[in-house]
Amino acid sequence: MAAGGPLLTVRDLRSYLSTRHGVVRAVDGVSFTLGEAEVLGIVGESGSGKSATCRSIVGLMPASTAHVSGEVIYHPHGGRNILTARQPELQALRGAQLAMIFQDSMTALNPVLTVGDQLLEAVNAHASLTRAQARSQAIGLLERVGIPAPARRMRDYPFQFSGGMLQRAVIAIALASSPRLLLADEPTTSLDVIIQDQILSLLLELQEDTGMSMILVSHDLAVISEVCDRIIVMYAGQVVEEGRAADVITHPAHPYTQALLDALPQAGERGLLRSIPGSPPSLIDVPDGCRFAERCPHVLGKCRTWDTELLETSGLTGTSGLTGSGGRIETGGPGQLARCWRHDEVRRPQA
Amino acid sequence: MSTMWAATPSEQLMRMATRAAGRRRSATRRRLPLYIGLAMLVLAVAAAVLAPVLVSQSPTTIDVLHPLAPPLTPGHALGTDQFGRDVLARILYGARIDLAIAFGATIVTLVGGTIIGLVAGYLGGRIDSVLMRLVDLFFAFPFLVLIIAIVAMLGPSILNMFVAIWITSWVAYARIMRAQAVVAKRQQYVLAARALGYGRLRIMFRHILPNTASAVIIFSMVDAVGNIILAASLGFLGLGAQPPSPEWGTMISEGQNYLLTSWWLATMPGLAVVFVGIAFSLVGDGLADLLRTGER
Amino acid sequence: MSRFSSLPQRCGHLVIVLFGITLVTFFLLRLLPGNPAVAILGTSYTPARAAAIDNTLGLNRPIWSQYGLFLGHLFQGNLGFSFFYGQPATTVIVQHIAPTVFLVIYSAVLAALISFPIGFAAGLRRGGVIDQSSRILFTVSFAMPGFWLGIILLLVFSVHLHAFPISGFGGGFAQHLYYLFLPALTIALGFSTVLVRSLRAATIATLQAEFVDTARMKGIRWRRVLRRHVFRNAILAVVAVFGVNLAYLISGTVLVENVFSLPGLGSLLVNSVADRDYPVVQGVTLLFAVLIVAINLLADIVQAALDPRVGQEAGA
Repeated sequence: MAAGGPLLTVRDLRSYLSTRHGVVRAVDGVSFTLGEAEVLGIVGESGSGKSATCRSIVGLMPASTAHVSGEVIYHPHGGRNILTARQPELQALRGAQLAMIFQDSMTALNPVLTVGDQLLEAVNAHASLTRAQARSQAIGLLERVGIPAPARRMRDYPFQFSGGMLQRAVIAIALASSPRLLLADEPTTSLDVIIQDQILSLLLELQEDTGMSMILVSHDLAVISEVCDRIIVMYAGQVVEEGRAADVITHPAHPYTQALLDALPQAGERGLLRSIPGSPPSLIDVPDGCRFAERCPHVLGKCRTWDTELLETSGLTGTSGLTGSGGRIETGGPGQLARCWRHDEVRRPQA
Repeated sequence: MSTMWAATPSEQLMRMATRAAGRRRSATRRRLPLYIGLAMLVLAVAAAVLAPVLVSQSPTTIDVLHPLAPPLTPGHALGTDQFGRDVLARILYGARIDLAIAFGATIVTLVGGTIIGLVAGYLGGRIDSVLMRLVDLFFAFPFLVLIIAIVAMLGPSILNMFVAIWITSWVAYARIMRAQAVVAKRQQYVLAARALGYGRLRIMFRHILPNTASAVIIFSMVDAVGNIILAASLGFLGLGAQPPSPEWGTMISEGQNYLLTSWWLATMPGLAVVFVGIAFSLVGDGLADLLRTGER
Repeated sequence: MSRFSSLPQRCGHLVIVLFGITLVTFFLLRLLPGNPAVAILGTSYTPARAAAIDNTLGLNRPIWSQYGLFLGHLFQGNLGFSFFYGQPATTVIVQHIAPTVFLVIYSAVLAALISFPIGFAAGLRRGGVIDQSSRILFTVSFAMPGFWLGIILLLVFSVHLHAFPISGFGGGFAQHLYYLFLPALTIALGFSTVLVRSLRAATIATLQAEFVDTARMKGIRWRRVLRRHVFRNAILAVVAVFGVNLAYLISGTVLVENVFSLPGLGSLLVNSVADRDYPVVQGVTLLFAVLIVAINLLADIVQAALDPRVGQEAGA
């Protein structure tokens, strides 16, 4: 997983949705940089803005209700902000450069077209191929994602596939034009545990083979920590912590990350699962101050009135923080950031 | 980075999104259809009730000296028909008939169909399957054809038209209410009521009905539009109200004979139907919006 | 292919429904308090004559045996004898089928032509100009009696503009198209209300489906996404609605035929009611019900042809 230069820079991304009940601040000032061949995990509860972040990046937010601002720079595309790109420009980027797979594999494919048709559509989107070429390429893709008897399964309709097989087909579609960045929005959430592992390892394997970058969105910190180089933790539309996967897992610097980690079931440990008390704030009437204050065990008076930026945590990282740090800085990722006044007190080694 | 009076990106975006949300929302604006519809309905009912006050002519007085006077003739704002009867007076008095049908036919079938659907859905079993087969059968017939067939047997008259509508229209309510009751049966509040030992009747009418009635009530507005049109249609076909009754459909039917010379005879009563129809539609839409958001 | 495998079962269901239809038409017309003999004889009523009529109609037998007789005759295509026309009711009805069938199909086609573009456009640009104006337009047309709309069209296009004939069916296909344009348009405009509403809703729902996002992320043209992924699925949802709303189409036909004096089943039905020609009323009612059931079956077949999932879900 050698990291090269930056591939994608997101700056102050905001995505506000106009609804009946008011304006929902789904994404509220998200910034990060993704390096070449890097795997970035975005973790958070449902409704924290993970999916909206991904959708905003590729321009899939509903045009009529979503208002998106900020900058998304895809570096191979020459430093232009793709949020303001026009439809043909986006169309050229999608598939060929940026691909995305979605949460629910059962609804990710058109029910009335065969899997083969839909895959061929992706194969032909950015290349002029003969029928035979396209077909053999499509079969090759299905084979690559581990679908048995690919030539026969081309003729099948989505409902004839199992959930895991469907997600494999969806991945094949995403990879059809060899994109350099794959956004995977909860790709395993709708699947059985065993299938989840298979799909995750398939994604990782493909990522390593092709050297593409990947953003993996999940609500499951265990999944994220297993496969990602770096982690972004989101809460109520904002990034609350960012850092190397190992650092964040072992030394969480934001109370929310800590709570998430505490809520993970520990193998071999009996007893009550710890959950986070309270619920996330409404994204319509966003409270002043830190958005986690209401649920935070470390809360101070000022937390309720003043929010803070992402603060760099002081370098009391152990040896783990040093390995490969040269690559880290190059990708634009600073050591470890947390949106918390008391990050240094909070930060402690995780048992 | 930002000067003092320049808005931050967040504020800018918030302003844009709020404006869009405002366009989408605004409680008064959303309730506007309901208010307009209610106002139109009140107006129609008032016109029907106050007809003798509003126009001096009777709807049936024949004036052989002034037949087929065009609209805006002094004393006849909407003109007169082939017998010299005042069209405005006939429309206002006709409102009594057509509104009575809209309310009468709708309320009876609403109540009847709802009770049948509620009982079938809640009790289930054989009663349910027999009733629902019956409902399916009724749905196989074109509604109007079935009504015509029934009116044919009973003989054309307003009362028989009511009977025909009552016989056929309850099925839609029964189907809607049954679906609601089947769902409600498994919900916590019903299970709780059963655990408390309440009787079936009490559970059905005190617990399920108030919680699920919105669907049938919304539908009843659509149905009222249908019944107004149906009444006019039957009148038009000569199977409902009979001339010289100023029922709107009957008037349209008579007016069609004078289409070549006197366009207003068929046009005006139709506009009255459309007016009342729109009123019920708007109320229905408004109620749907109101009750649905209320549920959430 | 196997997706049509559920059709035999559906046909079985159909037979049961048809049986039920005969039950309803028969008993409805027999059990209601009208007396055909009284109705037929009118002022020339005498008990002896009534008894004679009861005898010829089989009305003096037990009701179940009357039903058996009715069914038996029905299987032979015999709907009874029309006193008014002096012919078997079946013959009379067959003579009136053509204009009605033509009109129903014509209106359905026109309705599709009108509502597909509007429904899609309204769904794609929710709250846009087309959406808003079509909503107002269709609120009005929903509240409009079909027969009155027909009269207005007649008034404008035939009486004043002389663009279309006032009545009649014409001879030959091209003339049918011309003569039936206004009647078909009348029905189609009314029917479009329902179609546009459901197409709009289906388009909106389909646009939110994840497979549309998958398709968009392939980097293909938006038009192609719409055509292959959005419209295809939206239409599918509407085919189901189509069957449910057929009754509307048929009711519209009955009224509009009377407005434009078309020699179809609707006119026949209404005239026969006025003439107290019960065998014909019964036969037409029956035929309309069968027509609805048959077209519903057709809609199912179309749906099966368009949707690979049909008939598979139950087994899966």
